[in-house]
Amino acid sequence: MPVAARARWVLAVATSVALVATGCSSSGGGGSSSSDASKTFSYQSSEPQNALQPANANEVGGGRIIQNLFKGLVDYDPTNAKIRMQVADKIETSDSQTFAITLKDGWKFHDGTPVHAKNFVDAWNWGANPASNQINSSWFSDIEGYQDIHPATGKPTVDKMSGLTVTDDLHFTVKLSHKVSYFEYKLGYIAFSPLPDGFFKDPAGYGQKPVGNGAYQFVSWAHNSQVVTKAFPDYQGVDKPKNGGIVFKMYTTAEAAYADLQSSNLDVMDQVPPSALATYKNDLGDRAVDAPQGAIQNIGFTLYQADWAAPDKAKVRQGLSMAIDRDVITKTVLQGSRKPATAWVAEGVEGYKDGACGDFCKFDPAKAKQLIQDGGGVPGNKLLITYNADGGHKEWVDAVCNSIRQSTGVDCLGDPKPDFKTARAAITGHQINGAFRTGWVQDYPLNANFLSDVYRTGAASNDFGYSSPQFDEAATKADEAPSVADTVTGYQQAEAVLPSGMPAIPLWYYRTNSGYSSKVQNVKFDSFGNPAWTQVEVKG
Amino acid sequence: MGRFVARRLLQMIPVFLGTTALIFFMVHLLPGDPLAALWGDKAPDPVQLAALKHQQGLDQPLLQQYLSYMGNLLTGDFGTSLDGRPVLDKITDALPVTVRLALFAFAIEIVVGIAIGLFSGLRRGKLFDKGTLVLTLLLIAIPVPVLGFVVQTVFGQNLKWVTPTVQDSNDITQLVLPAVVLGSLSLAYVARLTRTSIAENIKADYVRTAVAKGLPRRKVIGTHLLRNSMIPVVTYLGTDLGNLMAGAIVTEGIFNVQGVGHALYQAINMKEGATVSGFVAFLVLVYLAAGLIVDLLYAVLDPRIRYA
Repeated sequence: MPVAARARWVLAVATSVALVATGCSSSGGGGSSSSDASKTFSYQSSEPQNALQPANANEVGGGRIIQNLFKGLVDYDPTNAKIRMQVADKIETSDSQTFAITLKDGWKFHDGTPVHAKNFVDAWNWGANPASNQINSSWFSDIEGYQDIHPATGKPTVDKMSGLTVTDDLHFTVKLSHKVSYFEYKLGYIAFSPLPDGFFKDPAGYGQKPVGNGAYQFVSWAHNSQVVTKAFPDYQGVDKPKNGGIVFKMYTTAEAAYADLQSSNLDVMDQVPPSALATYKNDLGDRAVDAPQGAIQNIGFTLYQADWAAPDKAKVRQGLSMAIDRDVITKTVLQGSRKPATAWVAEGVEGYKDGACGDFCKFDPAKAKQLIQDGGGVPGNKLLITYNADGGHKEWVDAVCNSIRQSTGVDCLGDPKPDFKTARAAITGHQINGAFRTGWVQDYPLNANFLSDVYRTGAASNDFGYSSPQFDEAATKADEAPSVADTVTGYQQAEAVLPSGMPAIPLWYYRTNSGYSSKVQNVKFDSFGNPAWTQVEVKG
Repeated sequence: MGRFVARRLLQMIPVFLGTTALIFFMVHLLPGDPLAALWGDKAPDPVQLAALKHQQGLDQPLLQQYLSYMGNLLTGDFGTSLDGRPVLDKITDALPVTVRLALFAFAIEIVVGIAIGLFSGLRRGKLFDKGTLVLTLLLIAIPVPVLGFVVQTVFGQNLKWVTPTVQDSNDITQLVLPAVVLGSLSLAYVARLTRTSIAENIKADYVRTAVAKGLPRRKVIGTHLLRNSMIPVVTYLGTDLGNLMAGAIVTEGIFNVQGVGHALYQAINMKEGATVSGFVAFLVLVYLAAGLIVDLLYAVLDPRIRYA
């Protein structure tokens, strides 16, 4: 999904990926010491915006609590971002359209009832039904019969999707309405979690006191204050908790959380506040974390406007891209919290291809000027970059504009909208003149997610009006590939089409700049910006 | 007196209706769709969006939304916020925290502010008076965030006397630091107002008469001078109590206090009409009540003021 502003709308998926350990996050402060598996640790959180139902959480506050309380068929390995089986024993397909799913025996919900095939099927049917008011309902749209349970107009005619068939307690099949070779990657998303039988009798009550099948079970929720969880002794996952539980403490500001972290009143935090970016590595020493994230920042263009639609204008966009000194801006203005981008897929994602953008993402003022001239120049010789003023974007937008102005002579200005909602309304309403800030946070660590959902003709988040037959053809071919590995290479071919059209300029990848207190150790962050929850050790 | 109070109470009704209506429509005018924003950057699913709109009653004409909101309000139903929790729950969560913090800060500014003001007024031109001038100017000049961060760093992180932020918003002993920061600015104003008023009245005829009658100094100051000098201070305190209750977003943010300020800020950001209106309706009542109490206090402090 696109990079949001104030609230980070990260679609948090299971515990995952502690990528490059940056030399400082590999062990606890002052070397590793003995840990006590019964002790809990606290994590900086924000009040969930919705009831704690798996298909209803698409923001970090609720998302990261849900991902600890529930566990789906698969999740992503913390060491390499690859998919790994959890409740599923195996997921088999011969045609990339019908998936036979076998569950492991012995999984239990926190109320002691077993996790069976029907718990998945019932949960998905319930989540897809508009009457359930679940924000993530469209995640089930690949499944055959979704159109009947979630019709574009009128009331649903059925309450079950025809594509879901329970064979027995441990087997079910999923038939999709079209081929999606990487469907199993989507299954790692929390919306696909199973629900216990009791849930369906009282969804609202279970939303306040969730019962899941994850590594941690729910203890209490004091609104605006904290959500307390404890390790679930019967957890069957491959990642058994090394701690006694997580306390999610709600903070109104990152500054307050950082002050608590430094005094060990908070154990692990989300992101250090911008005011501490310059000092946090000094403040925290070897407890500072600097890890890559599966998220990218771009500048998008309004290809739906006549001024930018002409094929020649791609050259202008390529030129503008070459006029931006990414190295200097990420080091100075952004204080090392971003890494210059060389592709449209973020680093660390399966299928990431370093340098897919080629020379067009390298700073070269002379060539930039030439390209812009060849393309007939920027319309009116003036570029406006629209952004939301409440997300801390002003500094880098101004820096990008300065860079463009100095290297090419094109007049460039930031065009702030008061807040995120207003900026999004202007972008989706096609009321932008020229260029706008945009970006993408992975829903699942696969290159398809960064490409198919954004650059395909008519894709939900194709805010550019970009339409390239070559790209669409490559993407469709990749979707129908016989294996995920083939899909990945297929989408790499699709990505290779983007430099010629340049619908969006890749700027930089996000990083997790965080830290932890002296009470915990073995804190590693994944590409979703979450710590590997179960691996955190609390010192004895 | 009774008629005065009754009239003031009656006047509150149109004021209350007017302010809540204004807020309700102003929230509606804020840009962006609050329900679409639930999907973040992602394009909302139109079917689900329509279903949610219908459930929240947002698909009805604005006037009808307002009328049904006011109708529910009369029966004590403050509506439901977008996250499915009753707005009244949110108010009853945040309000006790803010009341405690506000009263704490209020007590500090009254006790310390009036005491400092009294002493420097009595010792006009002396060292204490000059010291007070410097101190109060300093407090007025330092922005609240700066003071908050300095206090937090010194007492919370360096000296470790308290935790840097409030760990439990319902524990009043943890509210000392935020209350001091919150009360400091008003404390300076109260001290300045008291000092000026005292310094002026000390030359008044009734003080000279009281001294001439041979009343003890304590009684001259306590009964005659201080009481008469309180009118401008009480006026200020009345409005200030309202301000403190409305929450201090900055102070609450620094010390992580989960009070009205933060709740209101979030609700405005999310464009949650029902929540914003609910909180504001409550705050309007607080303001009106504080105004009435101030007016009544005038009569108590100065017998020349009469309400018919």
